[in-house]
Amino acid sequence: MLTAVVAIFLLAALAPSLHRLLPNGSHWVLALGPAAITVWFASQIPAVSGGAVLTQAMHWVPALGVELAFRLDGLSLLFALLVTGIGSLIVVYSGSYLHGHEHQGRFYLFILAFMGSMLGLVLADDMIGLFVFWELTSVTSFLLIGFNHEDARSRRSAVQALLVTATGGLALLAGLVLLGLEGGSFRLSAVQASEVDLRGSALYLPILGLLLLGAFTKSAQVPFHFWLPNAMDAPTPVSAYLHSATMVKAGVYLVARLQPTLGGTEVWIWTLAGFGAVTAVWGGLMALRSTDLKKVLAYTTLMALGVLTLLAGLGSEDAIRAYCVFLLGHSLYKGALFMGAGGVDHGTGTRDVRDLGGLWPKMRLTGLVILLAALSMAGLPPFFGFVGKELIYEGVLEADPAGLWILAGVVLANATMLGAAGLVFVKPFLGRPTPATAHAHENGPALLLGPAVLALLGLGFGLMGSWPAGLLQATAAAVAGRPLALELHLWHGLTPALGLSALTIALGALLYVGLGPVTAALAGLARLSRVDFDAGWDRLLAGLDALARAITRRQQTGALTWYMLATIAVLTLLPGVTLLARGGLQWPDQPVGDDYVGWALCGLMLLGTAGALWARTRLGAITALSIVGMSIALFFLAFSAPDVGITQLMVETLTVIIIVLVLARLPKFGPLERTGAGLRLLKAGLALLAGAVTTAILLSVHAQPLSPHLSEFYAAASYVEAFGHNVVNVIIVDFRGFDTLGEIAVVAMAGLGVLALLKARGAPAAEDQKRETAP
Amino acid sequence: MMNSLILQTATRLLLGLMILFSVFILWRGHNQPGGGFIGGLIVAVAFALHALAYGVRAMRKLLVLDPRTILAAGLALSILAGFVAALGPGGLFANPYLEGRWFVTYTPAGEKSFAIGTPVLFDIGVYLVVIGGILAMVQGLMEED
Amino acid sequence: MEIVLAFTVGALVAGSVYLLLSRNLLRLLFGVILLSNAVNLSIFLVGGLTFGAPPLIAEGRSVLEAPYANPLPQALILTAIVIGFGLLAFSLVLVYRGHQEIGTLDGDALRLAEPPETPAAGGGATAIPTQDRSAA
Repeated sequence: MLTAVVAIFLLAALAPSLHRLLPNGSHWVLALGPAAITVWFASQIPAVSGGAVLTQAMHWVPALGVELAFRLDGLSLLFALLVTGIGSLIVVYSGSYLHGHEHQGRFYLFILAFMGSMLGLVLADDMIGLFVFWELTSVTSFLLIGFNHEDARSRRSAVQALLVTATGGLALLAGLVLLGLEGGSFRLSAVQASEVDLRGSALYLPILGLLLLGAFTKSAQVPFHFWLPNAMDAPTPVSAYLHSATMVKAGVYLVARLQPTLGGTEVWIWTLAGFGAVTAVWGGLMALRSTDLKKVLAYTTLMALGVLTLLAGLGSEDAIRAYCVFLLGHSLYKGALFMGAGGVDHGTGTRDVRDLGGLWPKMRLTGLVILLAALSMAGLPPFFGFVGKELIYEGVLEADPAGLWILAGVVLANATMLGAAGLVFVKPFLGRPTPATAHAHENGPALLLGPAVLALLGLGFGLMGSWPAGLLQATAAAVAGRPLALELHLWHGLTPALGLSALTIALGALLYVGLGPVTAALAGLARLSRVDFDAGWDRLLAGLDALARAITRRQQTGALTWYMLATIAVLTLLPGVTLLARGGLQWPDQPVGDDYVGWALCGLMLLGTAGALWARTRLGAITALSIVGMSIALFFLAFSAPDVGITQLMVETLTVIIIVLVLARLPKFGPLERTGAGLRLLKAGLALLAGAVTTAILLSVHAQPLSPHLSEFYAAASYVEAFGHNVVNVIIVDFRGFDTLGEIAVVAMAGLGVLALLKARGAPAAEDQKRETAP
Repeated sequence: MMNSLILQTATRLLLGLMILFSVFILWRGHNQPGGGFIGGLIVAVAFALHALAYGVRAMRKLLVLDPRTILAAGLALSILAGFVAALGPGGLFANPYLEGRWFVTYTPAGEKSFAIGTPVLFDIGVYLVVIGGILAMVQGLMEED
Repeated sequence: MEIVLAFTVGALVAGSVYLLLSRNLLRLLFGVILLSNAVNLSIFLVGGLTFGAPPLIAEGRSVLEAPYANPLPQALILTAIVIGFGLLAFSLVLVYRGHQEIGTLDGDALRLAEPPETPAAGGGATAIPTQDRSAA
């Protein structure tokens, strides 16, 4: 599994070069990689169907206990097959779709990198690994949506998708960390198997909320759905891949993955069912309103994601079966429809339903493919979509009767699917020919292969329910957390579900026939409700900008004094308050001392400090500072630090020299020193506080016993190991030589920096001066 | 430049002495108070005083080398001194960077009589960097006129 | 003695903070000088004060014999003093060049990077700061 993920990333890295070598055939070669991996995953079906689970783990960040752990159970296997299988078809498809695009190689890189991330996501067992892959899919999808980066709308959509999904990703991280801490392990499988009662935990609601926020943003649940229709600005292969079967399914994957661990509570059921149902209905209705083929499909995807969320929420046996079947069915027909829609766009140059008509004679193959897929989407027998829909109804019926309104919503949503299916096939292919379709032409094999395979699978799985049953049974078992029998039949007998199906078909046909009035009514409803998520998003961003500006304006006043005040206040209060609050304040247990040299020198320092504060002239201040510096030098000499004392003396001399050199060219002390009494009081107060905190800290530190280890080491090793009698010098040039190297580098930089400041007088400055002297 | 006779005379006398003294300080630094930092500062003070007395051009002439050259040479010497450790026992690069390497002679009685090692080279580098860095500042500021 | 020094260092810090809060950049630099002195002294203090016993190994001996002053703080302070000088020289020249270019020593008037917002222009990046303050 690790090999598979790494191989795809490697392939991604090689893709641009390969494309340069083989500009016309690279897609066939590149598709071989994921195809081979698909075959490998397919070969695991019998074992996994038999209940086996493959695991693989390696250390990643051992210090944090993060592992790169992979786990292949039924759920992961189904997703892995979808990711790699549809992925290889998409690579072939995009080779033809983007033929001649100047960045085609880059496109392969992005889409393969996405494939690797998505595969890692569905295989990951370690939570941190899951999160990393999750974010990688967000980033790669950003690159893919914004692939046409010269287009401002693409860029906006890409940023929007990234911000929404990445925000959710952060919530997910927080949720996963909480889950890991509470569950006692960062392995999803271990948490699921553990005895910890997560549902009864006090952290259950925060964990659930954070994880669902991640899942809902990724899987575009209302009210986070608005990025998905906008993401249709991406090239069609991207929509066909990311926005049908893979990335947007990451959220419903996560929900299903967590269902055995966190599911089954009232909150879980009603949150997921509520959000799912609303999303399903909203998506279905919006699909009918749209005229862009891809937008129609995007909204039907919303509907499917809503239904999947709903089913994962209900969590009953039938609901789980329906989840698995519908997941597969939707991926097949939606991938086919997206690719078919791209084919129509490619063949006619438009994908606006209003401009399309009479394509059937010109694009029979494309039409046939779309027809097959659309029938599956409409949920008509004998397609796999029908099987899925029957199961959905059974799942919802089995749930609490209080879910009647949910049932109504699902019926309505499914009916809209029928309408949308009509929209996608009937009008473009059977409608009256239009000018736009006059020069339509059939597409080549690379554009037809992908959708044809998926559409035929949709038909085949419908007719031969036993083909996918084994895999889906394992998937259902993984979602349920226990073995679950699953059989697929087209004919279930005269059940309530069948009745609902009939009702759906009738309602859907009605919706399609009455499409004109329906869309008008929907438009009116939309105007009335004034709900515009997209515009709301813009307002949210504008508000954030304004907030940031307002904070910056208050904080960054541009006055240096204010910055200094704030910085010093924080630096003073933080340690001061900590010292007090933690009870660290201590008085050293020792006499004050009667060392008259020390007393005298301290007195001189105080005198000098006072002089520096009150000096009226600059020379006076410098003299006062020299007194301080010289007293300190003498203090060092007196208290057994001859090297330090000499150094201080020398530096004191140099300081005076260097200040005097500059002083002649600077203005004297003047009105700048005159500030208001209030401000002066504030400054003096802060200064005294800073001094007091310093003294308190020093006294408290000194009250603690000093560990002699280090000085003992130096005392013992200085001569024996480093041949020096002067321990201080040995420390500087030997024991802490690396430190000193850094320090002389700083001295060197300071010297060069001074030279640079003095010598470099750029043109802008000269211009400024000219402007200043101009009348 | 200060046209002070006392300063000029004193500086002329002091300069040579201070430089000699600084070398002495640098050399004995490993065993007595002193070392590269202090030695370098003494030379810097000496030259800065000379520049104050006779002007920056006179100082620059006396210095022969550009302060930046001295600075760079010192930094290079210190860095290279650290690499000598790589040639130590146990194979190439077996010892950590900057670890001291010593050449020691012994008296017949077995006492160490003379020791020179890479830390001394390192300290000479420090000495040169301090001289070069500070004189670069002094020279830059005095050339402002 | 440490107790006396702790209070002295506190006074030095108080003085330096007052100078750091000054609008005159030269006084701010004086504050920097005072602050590095205070910091060096406090490192010296926490290492413990020892009178008349420098950390020098006596001739003919191979280890330092107690009592001796703590050598590590001394090594740290020694380099810190030189670095402090480098910092001072650099900032001094910075202030000096700033005065040459902008014509003021008023820290609050240095607004090139953060121009004051004028209602008309919304604050242009090339706004020239007011210079009347340094005239006196």
